[in-house]
Amino acid sequence: MTFLLGLAWRSLRNRRLISLLTAASIALSVALLVGIEHVRLGVRESFAGTIKGTDLIVGARGGTTQVLLSTVFGMATPSGTVSWATYERWAAHPAIKWTIPYALGDAHKGHRVIGTTAAFFAHYRFRDRSVTFASGGPPTDDRSIAIGWDVAQRLGYAVGTKVVLSHGVAAVSFAEHEAHPFTVSGVIARTFTPIDRALYTTLDGLTAMHEDEEAAGGLMMGPPEAGHVPGQAPPITAFLVGTKNRFETLALQREMNEDRTEPLTAIIPGVALAQLWQTIGSAEVGLRVVALFTVLVGLTGMCVALYASLEARRREMAILRAVGAGPRTIVALLVLESALLAVLGAAAGVAIVYAGIALAAGAVEARFGLALTLRPLGALEWGYLALVVGAGTLVGLLPAWRAYRTSLTDGLAPKV
Amino acid sequence: MTAPAPAGPAVALRDVRFAYRGGRDVLDIPALDVARGERLFLHGPSGSGKTTLLGLLAGVLLPRAGTVAVLGQRLETMGSAARDHFRAEHLGYVFQMFNLIPYLSVRDNITLPCRLSGARRARLGGADPDVEAGLLAERLEIAGLLASPVTELSVGQQQRVAVARALLGRPELVVCDEPTSALDADRRDRFLELLFARCADAGSALIFVSHDLSLAARFARTVALREVNRAAAPAAAGDPEAVAAR
Ligand SMILES: Nc1ncnc2c1ncn2[C@@H]1O[C@H](COP(=O)(O)OP(=O)(O)O)[C@@H](O)[C@H]1O
Ligand SMILES: [Mg+2]
Repeated sequence: MTFLLGLAWRSLRNRRLISLLTAASIALSVALLVGIEHVRLGVRESFAGTIKGTDLIVGARGGTTQVLLSTVFGMATPSGTVSWATYERWAAHPAIKWTIPYALGDAHKGHRVIGTTAAFFAHYRFRDRSVTFASGGPPTDDRSIAIGWDVAQRLGYAVGTKVVLSHGVAAVSFAEHEAHPFTVSGVIARTFTPIDRALYTTLDGLTAMHEDEEAAGGLMMGPPEAGHVPGQAPPITAFLVGTKNRFETLALQREMNEDRTEPLTAIIPGVALAQLWQTIGSAEVGLRVVALFTVLVGLTGMCVALYASLEARRREMAILRAVGAGPRTIVALLVLESALLAVLGAAAGVAIVYAGIALAAGAVEARFGLALTLRPLGALEWGYLALVVGAGTLVGLLPAWRAYRTSLTDGLAPKV
Repeated sequence: MTAPAPAGPAVALRDVRFAYRGGRDVLDIPALDVARGERLFLHGPSGSGKTTLLGLLAGVLLPRAGTVAVLGQRLETMGSAARDHFRAEHLGYVFQMFNLIPYLSVRDNITLPCRLSGARRARLGGADPDVEAGLLAERLEIAGLLASPVTELSVGQQQRVAVARALLGRPELVVCDEPTSALDADRRDRFLELLFARCADAGSALIFVSHDLSLAARFARTVALREVNRAAAPAAAGDPEAVAAR
């Protein structure tokens, strides 16, 4: 057996080019398969990392997805408002360490504007990073505003640019808050999260803007200004919560959801993100199917290559038979060859993926915010590899069978 | 599965008929005997069935009828695996050309039968196949080529390597299928000398087939295939070999 293995190896080496090409086609399809799996996990992790470190997101009573989408992704309308009094009451809760208030309702050229406090810059985390600035700094007064990376790029804004907000979140709004322009205080460093597409000002800034507006003749008011009594702190649309002790998160969530003073919905971001991923992540199945088809193509290529070489090797088969090899030895030799090619191809494919990640992970992270990590192969990938090697060996059976037949009918003198 | 050393003549064919699938009989041989250690020259024109006969002797082809006994063993009653083992253990085979596996060195080509068959290796009596191959190569005047790739050898050198391979382990029967047809006259004579000497060393019976009658003089016994083969087509009037055989 070891002798046959050596024979198979030397035979493959003898047909170096075709063997290399065959193994390469298998390697590429395996690399695609394993690479897609790594990227899929990277995407999932990046998605799950959209918001980190926040234990609860609390909004007016509404759907889990609605609270998540409106607060974290800047999509959909908020489920309603949360009164300032309620917010303050919960912020003082003994289990709560910090809170970040969010006031949504205004926009700038299609980008959402979020009124918040310094707590946002202190506590908000994505992929275990905090919000930092590419230039300038956070808004400090009721006339300054920080902008996300994409906003700065798309609109060509920089620190010092004047910004006029519009009412409502529609891309085109005719209700401009012209009486109270803001000045860009800083551009937030790229996060690859929805933060890049938003603007962040102070709660005071929004309040001041709307009061100036009313003084200047007034606009139609909608949330979050609805029900706002001048001189009193306006309502917010949501707040993020960090607990003192993570294990209290579930109890706190229940307490908030059951509180009757003001109906709230508290969601755990990790859970909500995972649920959302299940609905939108089904595209990955398509990717996998494509990858499996690629493997199929690679294996077909191997079958064709082995089969095509048979004609040239009939002489070799006749010699082997003459020196005492049985047809079974010949089948074993060819199957070993295809198995070797499959194993080498699969190993090379995995190596390609790991080398690629090791070399390009930094660049990919910087360019796409996708965190690719070197990690051991998962059960699924081992399954794929076993499939490739198993199928590769089986594919070798077809040419081997053919060689078996011809070596029997050729006898010792192959027909030319 | 080394059987006790088989007794009996090197070859004994009785009423052997052979046809390729769906064809008419190529061979119909009432009797053909070769004694142990004998040197037989078997000639016949191309297509007369020489290679086919050797295939029967090697147990690669099976007769339609009759018995093929080699060293007293009936090949046609053996299973295919047993025939493969028998061939590996007791037979050396030299083709007309292209005898060698292209991706093995000369040494590995010579030792190939011993690597494939434990029984053939056992015939070396515990000696290292590589060492034995070296000794044979020396006597066949190819010792300097042992480590070379076979692709760098001349045809004459290749044929000697094939003889070394056929004779390693001293098989009882060596069959050669026109091994000199690609050699010029000088090399052919030297090749035959070496072949005969080595067969004599090993005590092997030699069956040498060729369409080249001029070699016959060098053999103790010469048989025209058509003399023993009833399936041979009647000789065409102008066939020089047929004339020469008369
Ligand atoms: N594998 C085969 N299948 C069918 N017919 C064959 C095969 N090999 C040889 N033959 C036929 O058998 C006859 C004898 O062939 P062969 O034994 O090769 O002759 P020789 O070796 O004397 O030249 C020829 O007519 C040839 O065409
Ligand atoms: Mg022939």
